[in-house]
Amino acid sequence: MSTESPASTQPDLLYTEEEEALRAAVRDLLTDHCDAASVIVRTESDAPHDLELWKALSDGMGLAGLLVPEAQGGQGATHRETSVVLEELGRAVAPVPYLTSAVVATEALLACAADDLLAELASGRTIGALAVALNVAPGGAYKVVRHENGTLHGELTAIADAAVADVLLVPADDGGLYAVDASAATVTPQVSLDLTRPLAKVALDGAPGRLLGDAEAAVQRALRAGAGLLASEQLGLADWTLTETVRYLKERKQFNRPVGGFQALKHRLAQLWLEVANLRAAARNAAGALATGDDTDVAVAVAQAYAAPVAVHAAEEALQLHGGIGMTWEHPVHLYLKRAKADAIAYGTAGGHRESLAGLVDLPAPR
Amino acid sequence: MTDATELRRRTQELLAAHPPATTERLDFLRARFDAGLAWVHYPEGLGGLGVPRSLQAVVDAELEAAGAPDNDPRRIGIGLGMAAPTILGFGTEEQKRLYLRPLWTGEEVWCQLFSEPGAGSDLAALGTRAVREGDEWVVNGQKVWTSSAHIARWAILIARTDPDVPKHRGITYFICDMTDPGVEVRPLRQITGEAEFNEVFLTDVRIPDSRRLGDIGDGWRVAQTTLNNERVAIGGMRLPREGGMIGPVSKTWRERPELRTHDLHQRLLKLWVEAEVARLTGERLRQQLVAGQPGPEGAGMKLAFARLNQEISGLEVELLGEDGLSYDDWTMRRPELVDFTGRDAGYRYLRSKGNSIEGGTSEVLLNIVAERVLGLPAEPRTDKDVAWKDLAR
Repeated sequence: MSTESPASTQPDLLYTEEEEALRAAVRDLLTDHCDAASVIVRTESDAPHDLELWKALSDGMGLAGLLVPEAQGGQGATHRETSVVLEELGRAVAPVPYLTSAVVATEALLACAADDLLAELASGRTIGALAVALNVAPGGAYKVVRHENGTLHGELTAIADAAVADVLLVPADDGGLYAVDASAATVTPQVSLDLTRPLAKVALDGAPGRLLGDAEAAVQRALRAGAGLLASEQLGLADWTLTETVRYLKERKQFNRPVGGFQALKHRLAQLWLEVANLRAAARNAAGALATGDDTDVAVAVAQAYAAPVAVHAAEEALQLHGGIGMTWEHPVHLYLKRAKADAIAYGTAGGHRESLAGLVDLPAPR
Repeated sequence: MTDATELRRRTQELLAAHPPATTERLDFLRARFDAGLAWVHYPEGLGGLGVPRSLQAVVDAELEAAGAPDNDPRRIGIGLGMAAPTILGFGTEEQKRLYLRPLWTGEEVWCQLFSEPGAGSDLAALGTRAVREGDEWVVNGQKVWTSSAHIARWAILIARTDPDVPKHRGITYFICDMTDPGVEVRPLRQITGEAEFNEVFLTDVRIPDSRRLGDIGDGWRVAQTTLNNERVAIGGMRLPREGGMIGPVSKTWRERPELRTHDLHQRLLKLWVEAEVARLTGERLRQQLVAGQPGPEGAGMKLAFARLNQEISGLEVELLGEDGLSYDDWTMRRPELVDFTGRDAGYRYLRSKGNSIEGGTSEVLLNIVAERVLGLPAEPRTDKDVAWKDLAR
């Protein structure tokens, strides 16, 4: 079993200089174009997604094609670079379909060798969404639509970022994965817990679809990459909430002292820092494993089993330690809490990933 | 420039001149020290070659492959991990020459005379007195939690040399001869049944001034080197997956299906994940140190290590059911080395309770993370400008 894999195969858990440069560039862009106040306003507008920011990230910086080989129109980078982008997008709760289109839909297409569509997604000019409910874990069951007389019929719910997708990747009951033009489907936004990654219902009533390949292989590959890289987004969320809470508690005074000087609070923040430091190692490990294909299932399951409780804990602590202001709509901490809680369900719960580990590392359940 | 190739060549040279199969263990270790291959990052002439610490692995691998004896580092952990870096940092040339070689070869075991019954977390409040008489210091006091004191030749000691100044300023750092007639070592029996630690009573112990480390009154600063190295030593370990406390319980789970319950399964998987993540964090810290970008993760490693050891061993006792009701042996013994994962689950459970106390309590470490890593305000200090003799006790 994997226990015996030599320590020398351990992925590089640090960030390279190039990765740090990438992080700095993305952070600069987000600082200028994704401030919390406008994200909050946008959540209640007709356009909860920020497509201008998406254009800057994809068209401007080429980030939508990181996972796509250069020969297929992408940047030919790896999950490591992609994870750094996701850390930054998590820090800003940026309302862009990066995880869903540039990671999950892209991985599904990579499994199908659908080169033309892959190049379009890599450019960012086309947004793709895998039409599988956001809560489905790698290896989990998902709903399919009916394939009848060459067209697709059925209704799928909880499809993240479907509202801005140009193309939907739809699994059907014949085992195929179909590309459906969004204009041929009825996409209805759902009122979502996570305001910055809204869900939508997709109804297909005789929609034409182009067969891309085998759905099962594509969906599993896509969900595994999504789950593994989600850990980096969760790291970004947790990192922002911790940093912002520490900043605020150094400033906020009660009882004639900075609130951050009370030991009861210091210990909670130190504990949180530990969890975030641990999550960084787990998320880097998952990104590295996805990039090399080595020990990937264990690395992804470990990262997802660890990440969700940390991100939720960080957001919940941020809210509590901000006191009354943390409960207001105006303060951005609720965006992080909602994203963290939704992320705890996305691509499988921590408990679900622990159950997968039981099989992967030979710690079987009682009979 | 000494690189990996050169180190390999030097190691092979050592092995050729002193074949492990036909060389006395101690002779080999001395020769290794003199060849600069003991700890390569130490200076030349003191067991090293002044090259990066990361290159030590090259030497160790060659020696291990050749079946060379090692210096049994677990037996001399305090000397290697704490006394040596402090002597290197603050000792005179004479002191370095005199102490480092027998320390490294294990001929002379070291112990640490720091904690006192009245000075635990507040170590700087220590009350052991050292009074100068000519070229000597006369030391009186009581130290506690001293591992290895019963086999030690030397001790690093901090004592109060000036009670009239605030506590941090009146401390001086000494090397104490544990064979001095005024040193009395008594076993201190622990909850495990054994006496890994000791209490040490110092009565008119005479220490020549030549065994002072650093300046008079500068002992607190010197002690920081010792304490920082103590925490690095714990954070720097490299483990394979299931390498620590999680290993034995996972093995039991696989081998004894009749013990499995759903509740234990959930808890085991959760701890397995946490142990794996802690291992990765340790690995990341190690990679940072090798890359010359030391991160603050080290401060957290010991906290995670203590909590996980306690929770995992606690789970293991429960998993064992009827066997968990037994204990291997309560006989009072004085072990020569510290082994957290040795013996059975009950021992591991009880011994791990010390992990959140020794080397800085978890509560103090959380303060350190909060203040030094997160930059949160320091605890209010009422003792900073008060002479030590006027402190509440």
